Amino acid sequence: MTNLLTYIIFLPLVGGLLIFFYNREKVTAIKVFGIAISVLTFLLSLLLYFGFDTANPGIQFQHKVLWISSLNISYNVGIDGLSLLLVMLTTFLTPIALLSSWNSIEKRVKEYTIMMLFLEVGMLGVFSALDMFLFYIFWEAMLIPMYFIIGVWGGGNRIYAAIKFFIYTMFGSLLMLVAIIWLGYYASTQPNGQFTTDLMQLYNIGPTIPLTIQSWMFLAFTLSFAIKVPLFPFHTWLPDAHVEAPTAGSVILAGVLLKMGTYGLLRFSIPLFPQATFEFMPYMATLAVVGIIYGALVSMVQTDIKKLVAYSSVSHLGFVVLGIFALTEEGIQGAIIQMVNHGLSTGALFLIVGMIYERRHTREIVEFGGLAKVMPLFSTFFMIVSLSSIGLPGLNGFVGEFLILLGAFRSPFMSQWFTIFAATGVIFAAVYLLWVYQRVIFGKITNPLNQNLLDLSKREIAVLVPVLLFIVWIGVYPNTFLKQSASTTKQIVRSFEPQSTGKRYTRLAGQKQSNQISPLPEVSASEKLFELR
Amino acid sequence: MHEYISYIVLLPFIGFLINGIFGKKFSEKFSGIIGSSAVGITFAIAVMIFFEMLKLPVEERSHIVTIFSWIAAGSLSINAAYQVDQLSILMTLIVTGVGFLIHVYSIGYMHGDKGFWRFFAYLNLFIFMMLNLVLADNFLLMFLGWEGVGLCSYLLIGFWHDKKFDTGGYKTGEATTSDAAKKAFVVNRIGDFGFLIAMFLIFNLFGTLAFEDVFSRASAIIPIGDTTMFWITLLLFLGATGKSAQIPLFVWLPDAMAGPTPVSALIHAATMVTAGVYMVARCSVLYALAPASMEIVAIVGIATAFFAATMGLVQNDIKKILAYSTISQLGYMFLGLGVGAFAAGIFHVMTHAFFKALLFLGAGAVIHAMHDEQDIQKMGGLKSKMPATYKTFFIAALAIAGIPPLSGFFSKDEILWKAFSDGSVVYFIIGWITAGLTAFYMFRLVSLTFEGKERWSHDKHPHEAPKVMTVPLIILAVLSVVGGFVGIPHALGGGNAIEQWLEPIFKRANLHLATGHHSGLTTEYLLMILSVFVGVAGIYFARKLYLQNPELVERLTTSFRNIHKLLWNKYFVDEIYDATVVTPIVKGSDKLLWKGFDVGIIDGIVNGSAKLTAWISSWMRKIQFGAVQNYAMVFVLGIIIILGILILK
Repeated sequence: MTNLLTYIIFLPLVGGLLIFFYNREKVTAIKVFGIAISVLTFLLSLLLYFGFDTANPGIQFQHKVLWISSLNISYNVGIDGLSLLLVMLTTFLTPIALLSSWNSIEKRVKEYTIMMLFLEVGMLGVFSALDMFLFYIFWEAMLIPMYFIIGVWGGGNRIYAAIKFFIYTMFGSLLMLVAIIWLGYYASTQPNGQFTTDLMQLYNIGPTIPLTIQSWMFLAFTLSFAIKVPLFPFHTWLPDAHVEAPTAGSVILAGVLLKMGTYGLLRFSIPLFPQATFEFMPYMATLAVVGIIYGALVSMVQTDIKKLVAYSSVSHLGFVVLGIFALTEEGIQGAIIQMVNHGLSTGALFLIVGMIYERRHTREIVEFGGLAKVMPLFSTFFMIVSLSSIGLPGLNGFVGEFLILLGAFRSPFMSQWFTIFAATGVIFAAVYLLWVYQRVIFGKITNPLNQNLLDLSKREIAVLVPVLLFIVWIGVYPNTFLKQSASTTKQIVRSFEPQSTGKRYTRLAGQKQSNQISPLPEVSASEKLFELR
Repeated sequence: MHEYISYIVLLPFIGFLINGIFGKKFSEKFSGIIGSSAVGITFAIAVMIFFEMLKLPVEERSHIVTIFSWIAAGSLSINAAYQVDQLSILMTLIVTGVGFLIHVYSIGYMHGDKGFWRFFAYLNLFIFMMLNLVLADNFLLMFLGWEGVGLCSYLLIGFWHDKKFDTGGYKTGEATTSDAAKKAFVVNRIGDFGFLIAMFLIFNLFGTLAFEDVFSRASAIIPIGDTTMFWITLLLFLGATGKSAQIPLFVWLPDAMAGPTPVSALIHAATMVTAGVYMVARCSVLYALAPASMEIVAIVGIATAFFAATMGLVQNDIKKILAYSTISQLGYMFLGLGVGAFAAGIFHVMTHAFFKALLFLGAGAVIHAMHDEQDIQKMGGLKSKMPATYKTFFIAALAIAGIPPLSGFFSKDEILWKAFSDGSVVYFIIGWITAGLTAFYMFRLVSLTFEGKERWSHDKHPHEAPKVMTVPLIILAVLSVVGGFVGIPHALGGGNAIEQWLEPIFKRANLHLATGHHSGLTTEYLLMILSVFVGVAGIYFARKLYLQNPELVERLTTSFRNIHKLLWNKYFVDEIYDATVVTPIVKGSDKLLWKGFDVGIIDGIVNGSAKLTAWISSWMRKIQFGAVQNYAMVFVLGIIIILGILILK
């Protein structure tokens, strides 16, 4: 059992390698095998879920083996409350993505299935690596299959999109690599220190770095993550990548890959460089809020459904970043659950867009209209998913958005105006999604090509129903998931809590509401960061 | 008994699931029975709970029933819990009682519609959401109901989503009901934005969102006139103006008439639109602590009441007239709340639910009989063809006109009286004029629809609606007549039972309000006589004009052409919003943000840096000519330069 996590991470790799031995003509067998492997991975990951001790804020299922002894680099994986849900999301979405591409991928099925499985390895590795070097390898390795998925199985302008995606991300990650090396080097300059990339050790060292250098480190890491999120204004790779990627690629891209950015912020930028985090918090929050509104507005005027959903991700991920930098329990809990929510809702939206694309080979909104007549079941699913994305209470999106906004509003570190502006995103979300829904689904069928469209097949229902199940589950009973990350979140927040203002929330009546950013906590408070780890 | 409250909420939801999932295979009859009985049984349970509450001593009437923990994160802990008390049970009775009648009516009204089962599923979902709204014991669960009813409203307004719809103004000729549905949702979301921020402020201040905790703490520690409390109540009221169609967010309700008529009756008249009133009444303590907000509520209420009534004067669409009337009546309710007459506001919610539902259902019967004709100019003389509809409609019109002893008289008069005694004379005068206008436009409607000459082509053969539709009309008519008796004021020798019943709910608020009834009984009688007089006068002039002097109407219309145009176009509010808000945002997002900034600037920089790299590289490439002697030459030159530097140094 101690190696369980390693088995889960590398099972898709083994599966992918085995597919090499398949005859490329046996398309169905390859598809079935690919799905079987990913389902098995999911089932194994359930063991993580059920074996996870929610009371323990620290790392669990850790597996550590020394790898490069001269540099003190080890293969070190493990999960805590932050990563558990994201690991589960990955193992959950991969089989769905594979199943969704049953018909839509026609060429090179063998390579495609291998790439998808390799991609899963990269993603799982990113979410469980506890060694910076190992993290970097997974982080970069995952680019390669994604590059091919967009570049080989994508749409008309796929090469441009694939290269843009690759170079954009690469640009950020190189700076991160420099920062990782510098961190390791800095560790060796400490008394009795040696070069290390071990995250747990760096957690103790990071906060002792002088602020100026911390700021540079923070920026190097954060730029890399901000591109991945994508945080405004580093988002322009996303619409292109999404539009050109095949459906399954978009599902994974939106569902999991973007979360690597927000996960990175929570895992590295913030705990490693706490003082710098305070310095940059207003800027990060500003970019997040601008992204929320900007993403929504630009999304509203898109003519291509897929691009619309892509821009909506900018808006949704803006919420996540805002929640993270609120540094309150509600905010971070909201951000974590919202990462899952966005994976489910936007993933489902891409699946839905893919389904009509397969039927009509266009994604232009004007080509559609009146689909409710011919595809009632499809329309129902589309409605529920849209509502989830809009943040209707009772469905998943609301829980995340509400917690994030609440957490940001009561954050002692940021002005309440951030929340007030961010909350307008709730209005715009309704505008862009209901508008596109109206234009695609409602009204009379004006285009004869839509007259004979078939409603969802059994396979398509099987793809959507599991996602829908969780959309409702998280909306009605989010505690199942919130409790998984609760104690880890609490530990992160506690290290930031200003000690002097313990009674902040029970302020007496009549006092003037303060809209100012509270004074920064003493450095010593955050220097004691993560001793527990 | 109160612990059965969870069944009250659950039953309509089960109805929704049954019809929603399997409904396609059901017969109309079965779908209708499932849908109606889900609400009927709920109503029966509510009645039982109510009677048990009656038996209990006052202090034991309020209970909180916790179902499960909904959201827990950090210091936030929200339960799915229901609060059974005098106010919520009253609202439950209204929602399920009137709701049940409208469900039954819909069996007849929706007969033959392809989406019959879907209609009942949505209606049941609506009841479920509405019950969550009124029974919730905390702000967040209330918000679930709040947004949930908005969703149902959206689904039901756009029920016939491909049907053309005349907005009576903007986008003429091309709008469909789905435009109206979307407008309703989005406008409501603007209000919900206020609700959200208010919740954050409340949580920041009190560390909880549960009503009881918030209200008791507020009552104990917040001084009257607190700034934060002002913002909380004002933002909550912004939410109320969305849901209850008040200035400035009323624009969605007239368009919401695009939905099937039973929907207009249930959602856009009797129940959902009163949610804002309910919410403000529920938060009465908070409002009592923010006198400035109370003032704003009252002003917005009276202004909406008046302006909506004037718009109702000239409309010709039978449902639009009723819609403006609803907005106007909701304005009255807010006026009541704003002057601290919370019980009177809720009383008017109840009586209005009876007579306005009746008016809409009657209108539905007429529209049905006239084969989807809604223009009252093309009606007339239907009295003899549809006697039951006519009689019940007439009763409802009398009730809304405030003719004693019908229900509307008592509730409206209570509000006007309180507006006078606890508010200001101005409120009373505008409210009084509005009452006259109300009587006028209602009887204009009655006259043009049911009386006078027949102005329809005779291939229509209008006939009375089937029993399943007329029986609910008759029940509602009875309620419209007797419903007011629970609120007979002391001045008329009544006990004002409803005010007493609700007294424990508003006790805390009343503590903070300076409501002394300084004016004497004589004044109260005088005002009562005045308001009856203006109601009768309105009826008299309407009948005089529209039955006896139609050419005078023509003359008046032409001589006051500009005013008529202004009213006909609803003060151009839609057009103004469109020009100042909607168009700039859409155009700006398209031209500036997307095509200008995103594609132009950001991607310009991204692609530009790629091009720059390519350009530099292509320039650098020229160094690599491939001729060895040139390389040697550069090599030698380099050595000479380096040596030169070294030597000169």
